[in-house]
Amino acid sequence: MESLMAYVVGIMFTAAFYMMLRRSIVKLVIGLMMLSNAANLLIFVVAGMTRGAPPLIPDGASGPVGIVADPLPQALILTAIVIAFGVLAFAVVLIRRAYEVVGTDDLDQMKDTDT
Amino acid sequence: MSPELILPVLIPLTAGALSLSLWRSVRYQRILAVLANALLLWTGIWLLMSTTEHGFITMQMGSWPAPFSIVFVSDVLAAIMIVLTGIIGLAIAIYSLASTPRGHEKFGYYPLMHLLLAGVAGSFLTGDIFNLFVWFEVMLLASFALLTLGGERAQMEGAIKYVTLNLFSSAIFLSAVGLLYGMVGTLNMADIAQKVSQVEDPGMITVVAMMFMVSFGIKAAAFPLFFWLPASYHTPQVAVSALFAGLLTKVGVYALFRMFTLIFTQDVDYTHNILLWAATATMLTGVLGAAAQFEFRRILSFHIVSQIGYMMLGLALYTPLAIIGGVFYIMHHIIVKTNLFLVSGFVYRLLGSYELKDLGSVYKYRPLLAVLFLIPALSLAGIPPLSGFFAKFVIIRAALEAEAYVVTFVALLVGLLTLYSMIKIWAEVFWKKIPDHVHNTEELKGKLNEKHAWAYYVPMVGLAICTLIIGLYGQPIYELAEMSAKQLMNPQLYIEAVLGGNQP
Repeated sequence: MESLMAYVVGIMFTAAFYMMLRRSIVKLVIGLMMLSNAANLLIFVVAGMTRGAPPLIPDGASGPVGIVADPLPQALILTAIVIAFGVLAFAVVLIRRAYEVVGTDDLDQMKDTDT
Repeated sequence: MSPELILPVLIPLTAGALSLSLWRSVRYQRILAVLANALLLWTGIWLLMSTTEHGFITMQMGSWPAPFSIVFVSDVLAAIMIVLTGIIGLAIAIYSLASTPRGHEKFGYYPLMHLLLAGVAGSFLTGDIFNLFVWFEVMLLASFALLTLGGERAQMEGAIKYVTLNLFSSAIFLSAVGLLYGMVGTLNMADIAQKVSQVEDPGMITVVAMMFMVSFGIKAAAFPLFFWLPASYHTPQVAVSALFAGLLTKVGVYALFRMFTLIFTQDVDYTHNILLWAATATMLTGVLGAAAQFEFRRILSFHIVSQIGYMMLGLALYTPLAIIGGVFYIMHHIIVKTNLFLVSGFVYRLLGSYELKDLGSVYKYRPLLAVLFLIPALSLAGIPPLSGFFAKFVIIRAALEAEAYVVTFVALLVGLLTLYSMIKIWAEVFWKKIPDHVHNTEELKGKLNEKHAWAYYVPMVGLAICTLIIGLYGQPIYELAEMSAKQLMNPQLYIEAVLGGNQP
């Protein structure tokens, strides 16, 4: 399972980079979105995947019994998803505004401020 | 309990929230901005005083013991950075009273500024690596909005590059945090620091270290990752430019200092050697880029890049003297660079342009402004007795002691080229006779038609005085840098302060 997920993460990173290297700003944002999702999935895989063992403490015990899933990475991913959502909302507004102001969605024509 | 540790984050956050609730009254938002930033500076000084007294101050959120909770830690370096944040925040808040257009103020300029400062302060104080990521994002989101406030074409083009590269850097950072967590099973920086040495596969730690280096390198604008900076920093309002120039890249530098003195010290030959050459290339490309520019703020933006190189050089040499130099350089640079941007903004107010070819005669009509430019400009180039001289002196001496002669040569050469750029600005903006095609010169020659002209001068004079103090009265400042270097070179102190009795 882990090796399959590793491939999935790798493919997502590759696809994200490919999308970011396209010239259209819409594809750029799609690339950014995939990149943050790939990072989240990476955390999920790297921290270890434990099936069917929720980190619950049974009645009467003072700690979880046996091997349980680590809840922390999921908390991290949840935080990261929320942040990525906010940032993405901003990025979508930004590209729309940029399209209005510049009149094109081609990154190659947005070079006025470059040096 | 030590409230001074949490106040630098709470004050800007509260001020931001209050500012939002005062949305309709720009007047109260302005008063609040100045008050809150003055308060921030005051707590910063309080924090610095109690940190120098106790060595470290730590706080565990929710009173959970150290490796399980999010900790806030202040060592001398973090406290110095908070004081600098306060100084720059106050200077920018006052300067904004005069320079920020009404339209920007009505659309949340002040709340965003407070949020940005909260993010910056949080990044300096947190002792938890994922929390660092969160503070980075707080800071980034506020900076995105500030950068695009106004919505002009150049701002949009600059912002796309700024946003893309910073989000890219965040994604690398997040992946690196995930990989590190997978290996050591903790997020507390002190806990990570003592567990990395026990990891079975040290090569993997180096891989993660390089990911952190790339991520923070993008944020700090190091070679070859700096291209977003000169493409975007000259586009927004000048007060925003000055705030970014002073603080944002330095957060990246601070994170590099923290990571590569505390956690990733197991393979210094490899990691710090890469840092060394990156620093050298950063210095050189930045200064050469500036030499090719003829726009006030673009020149200054490229100089940010080249100065970042000096700070990284201090870290990369990794000797006590070099770290002192690096910390000293950060202190000097934040103040000087912000001041230069403020001067460029006032020149723009007088003549309505940043292009050197449209400017001139400022020395003749505004001699005080010329002096206010000259102090930070000469300091940036490293002319004694200003602050930049001592900062460069310490770093170059450390480089000589480490027998890194090529690097020393480059550092000296870059100092000379910096002087060239500053002289270029001086000759074009201040000495040259005003070009014939410029007609709107009434405000330069006559009285400035501005209700709050004092708000331009107060921050510029204040920051120039800070530069002079660091230069002329450098001993206590140097001692502060020395204390912080001592702590940075002994990560064990940090680990003990954070984990206390929970050590194995």
